[in-house]
Amino acid sequence: MAMYGSDSRSSSNPAAGGELLALESVSKTFSGSIEALRDVSLHVGQGDFVSLLGPSGCGKSTVLRLIAGLAEPSTGHVDWRSNRESGRVAYVFQEPTLMPWTSVERNVWLPLRLGGCSFGEAQAEIEQALGMVGLEQCARMYPRELSGGMKMRVSIARALVTRPQVILMDEPFAALDEITRFKLNNDLLVIKEHSGCTILFVTHSVYESVFLSRRVAVMTPRPGRVFREIEVSAPYPRSDEFRNSDDYLSLCKDVSAALREATGDAP
Amino acid sequence: MNGRARIGGSFDWAQLERAGRWALPAIFLVASLWLWDRLVVWNEIPHYVVPRPGLVLSTLASDWEILVSALGVTLTTTILALAVAVAGGVGIAVLFAMSRLVKMSLFPYAVVLQVTPIVAIAPLIFIYVDSRLAGLLICAWIVAFFPILSNTTLGLNSVDHNLRDLFRIHGASRRQQLLLLMVPSALPYFLGGLRIAGGLALIGAIVAEYVAGTGGVGTGLASTILEAGYRLNIPRMFAALLLIAATGVLIFAALSLLSHLLLHRWHDSAVRPED
Repeated sequence: MAMYGSDSRSSSNPAAGGELLALESVSKTFSGSIEALRDVSLHVGQGDFVSLLGPSGCGKSTVLRLIAGLAEPSTGHVDWRSNRESGRVAYVFQEPTLMPWTSVERNVWLPLRLGGCSFGEAQAEIEQALGMVGLEQCARMYPRELSGGMKMRVSIARALVTRPQVILMDEPFAALDEITRFKLNNDLLVIKEHSGCTILFVTHSVYESVFLSRRVAVMTPRPGRVFREIEVSAPYPRSDEFRNSDDYLSLCKDVSAALREATGDAP
Repeated sequence: MNGRARIGGSFDWAQLERAGRWALPAIFLVASLWLWDRLVVWNEIPHYVVPRPGLVLSTLASDWEILVSALGVTLTTTILALAVAVAGGVGIAVLFAMSRLVKMSLFPYAVVLQVTPIVAIAPLIFIYVDSRLAGLLICAWIVAFFPILSNTTLGLNSVDHNLRDLFRIHGASRRQQLLLLMVPSALPYFLGGLRIAGGLALIGAIVAEYVAGTGGVGTGLASTILEAGYRLNIPRMFAALLLIAATGVLIFAALSLLSHLLLHRWHDSAVRPED
């Protein structure tokens, strides 16, 4: 057994800061016949970092959409333990999803603008959010003038600008090269440390999920269920040192084995 | 040595291509005019059948006042029709985008209006509409508005789904969604429609003038062509035709410039590869 890892068959496992939200026996069926999720239960604590790991089409993104309020569960509930404040949920998509017709700073301004905040009033927050992702110098640039990794940083800055309670990240680094992905993984942990927000992170990558998360929820193929939750109790901040450690590799093996089991591909 | 002309010792074909973009059509024009002139001279064709290019240009100069006055009328009709087409096309497109019910109810009629030839509708319009200008405007509008309606509707419905979701997550109102998301997303589509509509507004105005005939004061270039035809003043017909073509090119160039100014910083259609 890995030093930092442990199985948690029960889904009730919030972080120390108290529970933020819970999915209780949630199912989702599309168009009356496509069952995307079946009886998913997941508890997320304040300041938690939970990764949803599973094969394509297992409903990971649907879980995020349900939490974001973009879809309603067919059965079950998404319960916010405290009142969900408007504008305190942020979403980062697989694509940077920036508005190409306007500058970086105005893209970051968007969530505050929709809440009625003028550009002048929002300027300090915009600068701070861009500072957290290291793009202060690019405020006036347009998205097409940025690299893929920089665009994703802008997307993260836009998520941070409202100081959200929770950030939902849907495979945000999947389209990036390995070096940029490692860099952004490191930076994401630093950002999380500073902002103290809760992160739900969807990924296909076993290695990414283990490096980033406090807990990895392994999902089955469609209809998606949480097959197993695996604790990653390695302390934050994590760095390349953790990425190169035996414990990390051992945890990756455990998560891979759980994933194989969940997909019915166990040896 | 000019570093831009040669890169690494090889000839800069890009620069030659840029020069050729202007030079080749100009050379072709000069050659065509020369051939036209020679054919008229060699075949002793009378000027009331086919005038020499020089005569067309001298007629353009001598009849300048008549032609410019007619051009003013045609251009006024064209610009007014284009303005109304933009207002109507964009307005209806927004209604279509905001309400599927309205779209389902009205879109088939917009298509009917578009596919029915304007020359078939125009005589009826001039029977029921007293004002000549109003009749001309209606004809030109019918021809010009559809590309704007069609393209703008497509643009308003082509919003990035993730951005749409993002607006929903942050509680955007319908007005915010329209102004901050849908309108900018539709801008390149609208501008594409506008460029087509600019040319069509001119065609609509000319066709409507033909149907309206030569009567009345303040008639446009089409009426001038008709009247010159009755008088066998063929050089004036060619001169008026030249002005119509030049006007069409200018409208297209002006709308292309507008499109470039609005899109060059962000849209792929207006961004040069080396930018």
